[in-house]
Formats: sequence, structure tokens, C-alpha cells
Amino acid sequence: MPETPADRAYRGYTTLSAIAIPALVCVLAVLIARAALPALAADSGVSVIGRTWDVGRGQFGLLPALVGTLTTSFFALCIAAPLGLGAAVVAAELAPRPLRAPLAFLLDLLAAIPSVVYGLWALAVVVPLLRTRVMPALADAFPNAALVAGPQYGPSMLAAVLVLAIMILPYISAVAREVLLAVPRTQRDAALALGATRWEMIRDAVLPYARTGLIGGVMLGLGRALGETMAVTMVIGNRHTLPTSLFEPGYTLSSLLANEFGEASAEGHVSALMAAACLLLGVTLLVNGLAQWLVWRTQHGRIGDHRGAD
Amino acid sequence: MQGLLWTAAVLAVLPLVAIVTHIVGSGFAALSTSLFFKSPAPAGVSGGGMANGIAGTLLLVAMASVIGLPLGIGAGLFLAERAGTRLARITRFVADVLSGLPSIVLGIVAWELIVRPSGQFSAIAGGVALGALMLPLVARATEEMVRLVPNALRESALALGYSQWRTSLTVVLRTALPGVLTAVLVALARVAGETAPLLFTALGNAYWSLNPTEPIAALPLQIFSYAQSPYDDQRAQAWAGAFLLLVLIAGLSLIARLVVRARQRLLRAGPSRTDAP
Repeated sequence: MPETPADRAYRGYTTLSAIAIPALVCVLAVLIARAALPALAADSGVSVIGRTWDVGRGQFGLLPALVGTLTTSFFALCIAAPLGLGAAVVAAELAPRPLRAPLAFLLDLLAAIPSVVYGLWALAVVVPLLRTRVMPALADAFPNAALVAGPQYGPSMLAAVLVLAIMILPYISAVAREVLLAVPRTQRDAALALGATRWEMIRDAVLPYARTGLIGGVMLGLGRALGETMAVTMVIGNRHTLPTSLFEPGYTLSSLLANEFGEASAEGHVSALMAAACLLLGVTLLVNGLAQWLVWRTQHGRIGDHRGAD
Repeated sequence: MQGLLWTAAVLAVLPLVAIVTHIVGSGFAALSTSLFFKSPAPAGVSGGGMANGIAGTLLLVAMASVIGLPLGIGAGLFLAERAGTRLARITRFVADVLSGLPSIVLGIVAWELIVRPSGQFSAIAGGVALGALMLPLVARATEEMVRLVPNALRESALALGYSQWRTSLTVVLRTALPGVLTAVLVALARVAGETAPLLFTALGNAYWSLNPTEPIAALPLQIFSYAQSPYDDQRAQAWAGAFLLLVLIAGLSLIARLVVRARQRLLRAGPSRTDAP
């Protein structure tokens, strides 16, 4: 059938919409890079390895925030990855069939709670708990560990780590569950036919097959943690020093932006914050791109066999 | 080992229980009619409400939909119908990466695009930031839903002499509509609770305003500022606001689930309802 003008209009509309997404990302990258450009000048005072942040004197050292972002995300991942993967295996494989959907629903619900609500809860419940119970207990249990030494205020890197772990857990388990469900039936049947128990089938046939995708899911969680803003800003204490212990207050790139961007007026301050945004964007893009690729590789068999272009 | 895995699952769900009980407990207690009908009282003065924040959030979400929905659904249609093309592959990948970016970055972009040139914070800038946030979510979900429509349906429409666009919009998209609607509701729920992109776009406002060119209040922004307030009244309102936000989000997801279930029932009932063109 020949293409009518209406067909062409429809095709133009969908094509333009599809172009809009990559175009948006290009605009985003160019705008932020352009705004951060002045920070590259030698006299801008912006330094990725600088430790001092003093707006009045034009010193913008990004190291404390960068280290804060990386360490809080790393520790959060150490907690959330095993729990999230475990929950995913239960929700996808182990739980009795009628329980699986509700469990997945609960985890999805956890992912739908807004960041600021997590922050509110953490500020009212987690932080006081840390101050009165957890921090003294940890300090008593490991008197020589530098990681848990220092003042016990409450708002701290540790609080940020815990909130982040709770927040990224449902993302990890949602992706991991999808990946596990994508493992082909034949893979399972083959293991069962060889006499494997259900657990042996999961351990020897399902998990190795899904490994790449599971790693991807964990990295997606890492990407979330790196960029998470509100909840962290509310509990981390927002202090511009290089933290030496989890008990100390710290800063992250995203909470730096959340706190200072709205009030930045000096040209140098804005470009320093834009440089922080660039750094944040670079780190999350790297982690997310890699994660998407890993997940895509595991699911490729399933995604690739859809009907092609018509 | 299995015991460990079960422990992990329980530990994973535990925070949800803790958070929800706390919010329902503290939030429900702080609910009052003035919360819905009054703007905030000056700090330290008791009374007042979050009417401006509720209205602001609704307006921001509406503006985000105006941007995010047409483009998102269009892109989703493209991704599903021209799945194999290079543009589709690029868009799909970029959309996934975009939805993983920190949302505060979209706030910065809207600031640079709108707030900086115009010289003032505005509701429009907030709407644009939220719309950009919605775009990849709607696109990817629409794609998934359109792909579920059996190819035979498309082919029958074409065989009956329907043109491409009519087939796509009145047959394929219409069949996928409940699913797409679900995806839209989920995306709305997501952006309604976003705070970070609004911090330096919509900014927040202590007074009632629906002017799109001025700073506007939003529920998440009010929760954020009240959460750290020294006044008991404001902290209580933060919990009430969180409760409202949670009800809004749970309500949207619940409607979405009901839509899906109704659709599944219809599909099981067979194709008799297809009112043939």
C-alpha cells in the first residue's frame, strides 16, 4: 500500500520522538560540560584532588565529596548486593509459587517510595538509633578499628551507607529477578534430568548462566547509589572534610549540588558546582553504561528474538 | 544456604514494614483538614497546611506529562515498530542509561536552560525537569506493552486495507492502551515524589501560587524543608506530607495493577469484544 501523507506524518512523529531521547542526552552533556569549562582554567581554584572548599576564598576542592560518594556507595553495595541477590533468588526460585508475586510486589513498592521520604524516616529513626545504640556498640566491639572510631553524633557516613543500602536493595533484586526469570527452561530441565535437586539446579545451572546479568543488576544498584541525592543529603551531615571514619559526617557530590547549587551566585562557584556535576555524571554514566551492557548481554537471547522491523 | 537466602529476603522486606508503619503512624496522626485547605503558617506558628504544595505537585506533574507523554509514547511506538533499526537500538540504550542518571542532573540542565537565561526560578523549569525524567520511563514501558500486541492483529488490519498510521494508532496502540496507561501511572507516581530536580527549578514557595513563571511549592520540597525544622508542628506536617505522597503513589500503583488485572480478564474472555472496524 502506498504511503499517504498521514502515514508520513505518523512516521515523522514517532521518529522525532525517538530522536528526542538521544538528543536530550546530548544537550544535557553539552550544557553541563560547557558550564563546567571555566573550572578547567588554572586560576579557577577548582581541583579534583583539592581538600579545601572555601567559597569566600575561591577554593573548590572536590576530593572530600568525590571520596564521600565513592565510599558511601561502596559500603552500601557491600550490604545491599548480597541481600538483594538473595531476595531475588527467593522471589524467583525458592519461594512457594503463591508467595513469589507478593514478594516481588513488596520489593517493587520499596523501590517506589520517594527518596525524600526515606530521608525523613532515616532522620527520625535511623540517626537517633545510630547515636544511642549502634555507634556505641560498634565502637565497643571494635575498639581499634579506625573505620568505627570518632565522635558519635548520628548524622554520618554510616547513616548514609545504611539508607543507601536500603534504597538500592529493591533495584538490585528487581533486575536480578528479571535476569533469573530469563534463564531458559531447557537449562533448568537439563540439570533436573541429570538428577540435580532444586537447590543444585539453582546453584549449578541457573546462577552461572545468569552471572553476567546479576553483576549488571548489582552495578545498576551502584549507579543508583552514586547518584542518590535527597536521603543522603538529609543524613550525611554535609561537612567538607575528608572523612577517616564511618562515624564522621561527610559530603557527596550529589548532596553538594543539592545544598549549594540553588544559592550559588559567583561565577566561579557555579562552574565549580558544574564541575562536580560533570564528575558525578561521568562516574554514573560509566557505571550505568557497563551495567546496561551486562544485563543486555544476558537477556539478549530473549530480547533479540522479538519480531523485527515491519 | 537456603536459610541464608530466606534471611536475606526477610531482611530486604523489613525496612519496608518499618517505614510504612512509621509513616502511617506519624503521618495519619498529623492529618487535618487545614492540611488540605491552608497554606503554611509562618515558622513557629502552629496551624497552616500544605495546600500550596499539593496544588504545586499536581501542576508540576501535569506540566511534566504535557512534555513527557506525547514524546515518550511516540518513542515507544518507534522502538516497538522499528525494533531492529539502528536508531531504535541507540534510543533504547540511551533511554536506559538516562533513566539511571541522578535526577538532580536533570534539575541542573533545566536550570541552565530556563532559570539562568530567564533570571528566575519557575514552575515551568520544574515541569521541564520532571518531563525529561518521565520521557525514558514512558518510552521503554510503551515499547514493552506495544510489543505484547500479537502481530496477527496488525497484519489483519493491514490486510483489511487500513493504512499504517491507522493500524498503529487505532488497532495496535488501542489494544496496548491499558498497559500503556499502567506505565504512564507508574511514571507519574515516580515523578510526583521527586525532589532533587525541583530544588533549583521550582524552588518551593511558602505561599499559594499557580503561576507557571514563578517559583512554586511542591509536596516533596516541603517535606524536605520541614524534616529538618526545629518546630514540632512542621515536623509533624512533614510526616503528614509523606503520608499523602505515599497514598498518592500507592493509589497510582494500585490503579495500575487493577487496570492490568481487568485487561487480563478481558483477554481470557476471548476476542469477542473486538468491535471490528
